Amino acid sequence: MAYGAAAKGHDDHGHNPTGWRRWVLSTNHKDIGTLYMIIAVIAAVFGGGMSWLIRAELALPGIQFIDDFHFYNMMVTAHGLIMIFFVVMPALIGGFGNWIIPLMIGAPDMAFPRMNNISFWLLAASFLLLIGSAVIGGGAATGWTVYPPLSTAMFSPGPAVDFAILSLHVAGASSILGAINFIATILNMRAPGMTIHRMPLFVWAMLITAILLVLALPVLAGGLTMLLTDRNFGTAFFDPAGGGDPLLWQHLFWFFGHPEVYIMILPAFGIVSHIVSTFSKKPVFGYIGMAYAMASIGLVGFVVWAHHMFTTGISVDTRAYFIAATMVIAVPTGVKIFSWIATMWGGSIRFDTPMLWAVGFIFLFTVGGVTGVILANAGVTMQLHDTYYIVAHFHYVLSLGAVFAIFAGFYYWIPKMTGRMYSEKLGKLHFWLTFVGVNVLFFPQHFLGLAGMPRRIVDYPDIYANWNLVSSIGAAITALGTLVFLVVALKALTSGEKAAANPWGEGATTLEWAVPSPAPFHTHEDPPVIGSDGHH
Amino acid sequence: MMHRFGGVISIAIGTFLATPAWAELPSPWQMGMVRAASPSITEISALHDLLLVIMTVITIFVLGLLIIVMIKFNEKANPAPSKTTHHAGLEIAWTVIPIVLLIAIGIPSFKLLYFTDRTENPELTLKAIGNQWYWSYEYPDQGIEFDSNLVAEEDLKEGQIRLLAVDNAVVLPVETDIRILITANDVIHAWAVPQLVYKVDAVPGRISETWMRINEEGTFYGQCSELCGVMHSRMPIVVHAVSKDAFAVWVAKTKAQATLPDGVTKSRYRVAQARATAVAITAPRN
Repeated sequence: MAYGAAAKGHDDHGHNPTGWRRWVLSTNHKDIGTLYMIIAVIAAVFGGGMSWLIRAELALPGIQFIDDFHFYNMMVTAHGLIMIFFVVMPALIGGFGNWIIPLMIGAPDMAFPRMNNISFWLLAASFLLLIGSAVIGGGAATGWTVYPPLSTAMFSPGPAVDFAILSLHVAGASSILGAINFIATILNMRAPGMTIHRMPLFVWAMLITAILLVLALPVLAGGLTMLLTDRNFGTAFFDPAGGGDPLLWQHLFWFFGHPEVYIMILPAFGIVSHIVSTFSKKPVFGYIGMAYAMASIGLVGFVVWAHHMFTTGISVDTRAYFIAATMVIAVPTGVKIFSWIATMWGGSIRFDTPMLWAVGFIFLFTVGGVTGVILANAGVTMQLHDTYYIVAHFHYVLSLGAVFAIFAGFYYWIPKMTGRMYSEKLGKLHFWLTFVGVNVLFFPQHFLGLAGMPRRIVDYPDIYANWNLVSSIGAAITALGTLVFLVVALKALTSGEKAAANPWGEGATTLEWAVPSPAPFHTHEDPPVIGSDGHH
Repeated sequence: MMHRFGGVISIAIGTFLATPAWAELPSPWQMGMVRAASPSITEISALHDLLLVIMTVITIFVLGLLIIVMIKFNEKANPAPSKTTHHAGLEIAWTVIPIVLLIAIGIPSFKLLYFTDRTENPELTLKAIGNQWYWSYEYPDQGIEFDSNLVAEEDLKEGQIRLLAVDNAVVLPVETDIRILITANDVIHAWAVPQLVYKVDAVPGRISETWMRINEEGTFYGQCSELCGVMHSRMPIVVHAVSKDAFAVWVAKTKAQATLPDGVTKSRYRVAQARATAVAITAPRN
């Protein structure tokens, strides 16, 4: 295919923006993807830094250095919001999605390049609002779930919570625009011959994720608006004294919040599928099953929200329904896990850094998944709810799931993005430090939760001291791994070896490996044609 | 003491250490669930332990497959990859087997849910009311009301546990079906005593119900389990379980005290920060 010629032909136009205009006014999917990555890295410094401060405080019983408990609650809140809305989502959806989706489907760019620009800048504005919510008037200290009445004007006076609400509103608008863009791009701009059932799995994952975003975020926006008017204009949607109900918020929030966890993990599923297939030198096993497993996870994800509310006093029959619905999700998730293993089975696997992260993801996501099945049982959850068991569970699926997939994707696609290879040695060191670190960090939290230690407390009874110390040591090891990552990333950007168009060999069959590395400013100006074998 | 399977697993891992100093509190290196002291928690622990075994087997199975794959199908061991991409039998198996397993889990799970939900004929009612940042208790049938505040670190007496000791503990009789009603006055709190009863959120404007039957005499501890503001870590729950006779004596004595001019002691745990927040939140509204 004449990619070289296409790139050369484009240089003749000579109208590529340069300087600040290239970035601020960008309508190019690769540049916007890069901007999303940059915001994710900046946010990760804040969000990660907070988590290490939290673990430092919790290393020993008693108060170490955070004697302002409001400050502690603020960090718990901001850590959650930053990691979800400004690290995981921008990295997976805005970053990898923007960069890779058009390349993978053979499209020249996203369907609505200007909307793509405004999606990004709304997110940047939203991040500034969130920083505001953390510093103004002591900061919002309601937890990322912003439950009223704690989040009402009576118990959280001052503008901090309003900043958080507006931040989420703007982030939501940004995500809805981005999601519409992905849906339009994927449905309309695939290369000739790439039918729905020939789309790479990452494209499937992004399509389903985008649909979830479009359906879930307006519900959050409605709830946020009601909270905003409760706080500022005297309405009483969530105030029992005015005929409202605090649980109404929880229903609205979790109707968004549960699909949100799949919004974070489905792109990760997509990335892992490609890496497992590439490094096993085998096509994905059970492709159709994999695609529809994601679709059914997305669908069922909308009808399980109240398993976050088992202890709120909802009726016992309601709880029974949500047990059944929640357990259903284990089935398609199992299909994914076993299909990844079957993809590797019989393969000729090269364990380069991206593959290490992908295999690490599969195992750790399994651990988080099985504790999820335990927690689907309301009877058991009502004992473990709001303990460290929950903290361990959702960090296994998100911090060790979604974040592992982000690192996997980073190592997998960085040659395509920068045209340079990362250091294999340092990449592996980063993986092993992180793998050991996060397990030492989060596994003991299961024990703390079973023993009854509540979440979101700044100080704990002395009986919980031992495992907390172990957990904090794990955080230190993880921090060391993250430092190694910064070195790897810096070296890969500045001094890495030049990467070939396809550095991974025969296993890498998706279209992004057919364009040069780094991918030229404009790609696929003439759409590639996909043959009946599913490949170009 | 560790709970059955949790104990088995911890021995297997080789970190089983000492039994706890207080039977009521978890031990420092405890890995399993708290020791149950009521029928509900006994049943919850039993289901949890069953699930833990099933889930551990599944995890080890997946780990085993990954290890086999890494050994047998790495580049050196297997230079020529197969091209298999489908196997209908396998795909049906890993869909159907989990469904069967989940149904098998579902049956005891639903039973547990309905068993732990409430008691039909309570012999005693306790009402727990969450406040920022202490619990109020009412025994409606006995006409007893009091507040329960954390004992500050500097006021701890011999035998009192930091962050868990309160000035006025809940006193309840053993071998009695007790209905517990839970609500809150300000924000959402959650009432939990892990050895006796699962947690129930205290939601303003709503009264939630649960029940417990305490198997044995002793002191049981819990903590507020829903983020409720600055002093969230400072509102523990203490239940003294006593014999039915001792409970009757306590009721009589407490009622007598309550008729004294000054009533029940209402010393509240306050720090400067809490007071400042209290001032802010008592500002007139609407």
